[in-house]
Amino acid sequence: MSSQAWIAGGGVICGIGANLQQCLEAFRQMGTGMQEIQYLQTTHRGIFPVAEVKADNTALAAQAGMPAHLSRTALLSRIAAQEAWEAAGLGDISQYRVGFVSANTVGGMDKTEDFFTDYLQNPQQGGHLRQVMHHECGSVTELVADAMGIRHHVSTISTACSSGANALMYGARLIRNNMVDVVIAGGTDALTRFTLNGFNTLMILDQQPCRPLDDTRTGLNLGEGAGYVVLVSDALAARLPNGPWCRLSGYANANDAYHQTASSPEGTGNYLAMKGALTMSGLQPQDIGYINVHGTGTQNNDSSEGKAIERLFAPDYPPVSSTKSFTGHTLGASGGIEAVFSALAVQQGIIYPNARFTTPMKEWPVAPATVFSGGNRLDHVMSNSFGFAGNCSSLIFSKG
Amino acid sequence: MADLKSQIIEQLNLQEVKPEDIGDDQPLFKDGLGLDSIDALELIVLLQQHYSIRLANPDQGPEIFYSVRTMATYITAQQKQPG
Amino acid sequence: MSKQTAYITGSCVVRKHQVYRNGALLWQEAPSLELQEFLRKAYDRFSGQYPKFHKMDPLSKLGWLAAEVLLREAPIEDHLPEQVAIVLSNRSASLDTDLRYYNTVKDIPSPALFVYTLPNIVIGEICIRHGFKGEHAFFTMDSFDAEQVVSYAQLLLDSGVATACLCGWVEVMDQQYEVALFLAERQQREGAVAFTAAEVKKLYAQQSGS
Repeated sequence: MSSQAWIAGGGVICGIGANLQQCLEAFRQMGTGMQEIQYLQTTHRGIFPVAEVKADNTALAAQAGMPAHLSRTALLSRIAAQEAWEAAGLGDISQYRVGFVSANTVGGMDKTEDFFTDYLQNPQQGGHLRQVMHHECGSVTELVADAMGIRHHVSTISTACSSGANALMYGARLIRNNMVDVVIAGGTDALTRFTLNGFNTLMILDQQPCRPLDDTRTGLNLGEGAGYVVLVSDALAARLPNGPWCRLSGYANANDAYHQTASSPEGTGNYLAMKGALTMSGLQPQDIGYINVHGTGTQNNDSSEGKAIERLFAPDYPPVSSTKSFTGHTLGASGGIEAVFSALAVQQGIIYPNARFTTPMKEWPVAPATVFSGGNRLDHVMSNSFGFAGNCSSLIFSKG
Repeated sequence: MADLKSQIIEQLNLQEVKPEDIGDDQPLFKDGLGLDSIDALELIVLLQQHYSIRLANPDQGPEIFYSVRTMATYITAQQKQPG
Repeated sequence: MSKQTAYITGSCVVRKHQVYRNGALLWQEAPSLELQEFLRKAYDRFSGQYPKFHKMDPLSKLGWLAAEVLLREAPIEDHLPEQVAIVLSNRSASLDTDLRYYNTVKDIPSPALFVYTLPNIVIGEICIRHGFKGEHAFFTMDSFDAEQVVSYAQLLLDSGVATACLCGWVEVMDQQYEVALFLAERQQREGAVAFTAAEVKKLYAQQSGS
């Protein structure tokens, strides 16, 4: 019989904290991560608030134990992956068959942008080709896998905002098929000019701190960071010093096939992903104790997601919140970061707050939770990652 | 409004539509002309390029871009404002 | 998982303003036409009634049109939407559109161009038109590679992931373009040839006058 996939630990770095403990403290204090742009070189500084990781590359490199000339995407990835590994308490990584499934959408774009700035000023001599060597998304994953000594299975997933969640799905399948004993799965993305300009072209960036699930919402704030869980097999879960946090009991992805960027107005893909995850875990909608929603703060996402939740859950709704109201939308990292938050929610009974909520939406059936609470009885938590092009994924984390 | 109709057709690549096919009060989106969310953004670009009007909040879009008449009314109102 | 015989049950090659279906010249236009004019004439000839076409970038228009020509004669409705895969490749990815988008960035970045700055959008446009929901992939490589086309599509058919695979090459850079689409299926149909690299090459190589 194939093994279950258990969550043995998790690690996060994002705009509200350099590790998971700091993030939790930020949620308790309602300390959101949005500020004026500090580290990214862009003409949009002072216009769009973002949730940057509050450290420059030199500081991040020291924390990651990697060279400072590498992409910020890789530095963030290593820091969160290392924290996740240590949280699991499995000791020497070389003792196991380990997989690393890491999602990202920008790869080494930050360094490529630096290269082109110099190159275009002086095409004869400007720019170092070393800066574009790790442009490709997979290269970032390999840098981190090498730094951590992971050899057995290394893979990169890039499916827009659902990337991080899909990495967990892929990782769970590696465990279920006994291809590896442990998988570090999640995602990473640094903020880049490319991303900021792209979202600006689509006119979905809010010039104020974003207001997900709120009728007054006018767009999203970008963020950056990385988040990973450690997935282990039944055999390893039984040997964990502190026991597993929870089990990844269900997952599914689906697509709207509706538009290049937008979700279908009815949220068809959202509905199918949530329903598929419930079916896999053998649960009914009313079994879900909390939903960490995708909730970006754009008109389109939040109304589609609300309609899909209504269709699936009516008339009894679990508490919901969008942690993007704290972390911003971290794109490829978001599914990983929110998986860590959701897995920890099951272990510690946490319902996260939704910041800045004032006005209920017409299309959203219930108001989100607005204060942090721990010690709730949560047997099953759902985490949604719905993205561009209707790429939709849902994960369900369950107690033992 | 005839100018505006030509500009909309040009901006949105509505090659099979003639200006006279668009009714002044016909809804532009959904069942009307069948425009999508990217077309809405292109209409914002149109306002900026042809009329130097910056739509600060894209969420006003559905109201302003309901029909050619609502667009024209909005443009006229904006142009009357000083500065 | 054993390798089983599959067949090419349809093909469409478009180059030099000539459209071939299943190895025969179907329609042509003067080589002097600009690409966009050619695409519009081809749309009028083979489709119509799909206003979204005019919003597409040249890469999507080319792939979409070739699929339109090919699938018009192919019994694609025999397959479940989830069982139709699309695997395409080209040389220039979406660079043709990337450059045009980049030119608008100096003024007002164009949302309509931005959404086409990925090569696999052409796959999405074909899927939206025909309701396909199967696996898909887009590869970027130096030149058309019949072995790659056949091996990847064959794998999808052999592993049961798909019962039909639309595969081939869709390339455009400025006025230079080339499309070669093939429909590979398990069933043998009238006029179908074996889905092998040699047959794919033969269909790909058809030229005017030959």
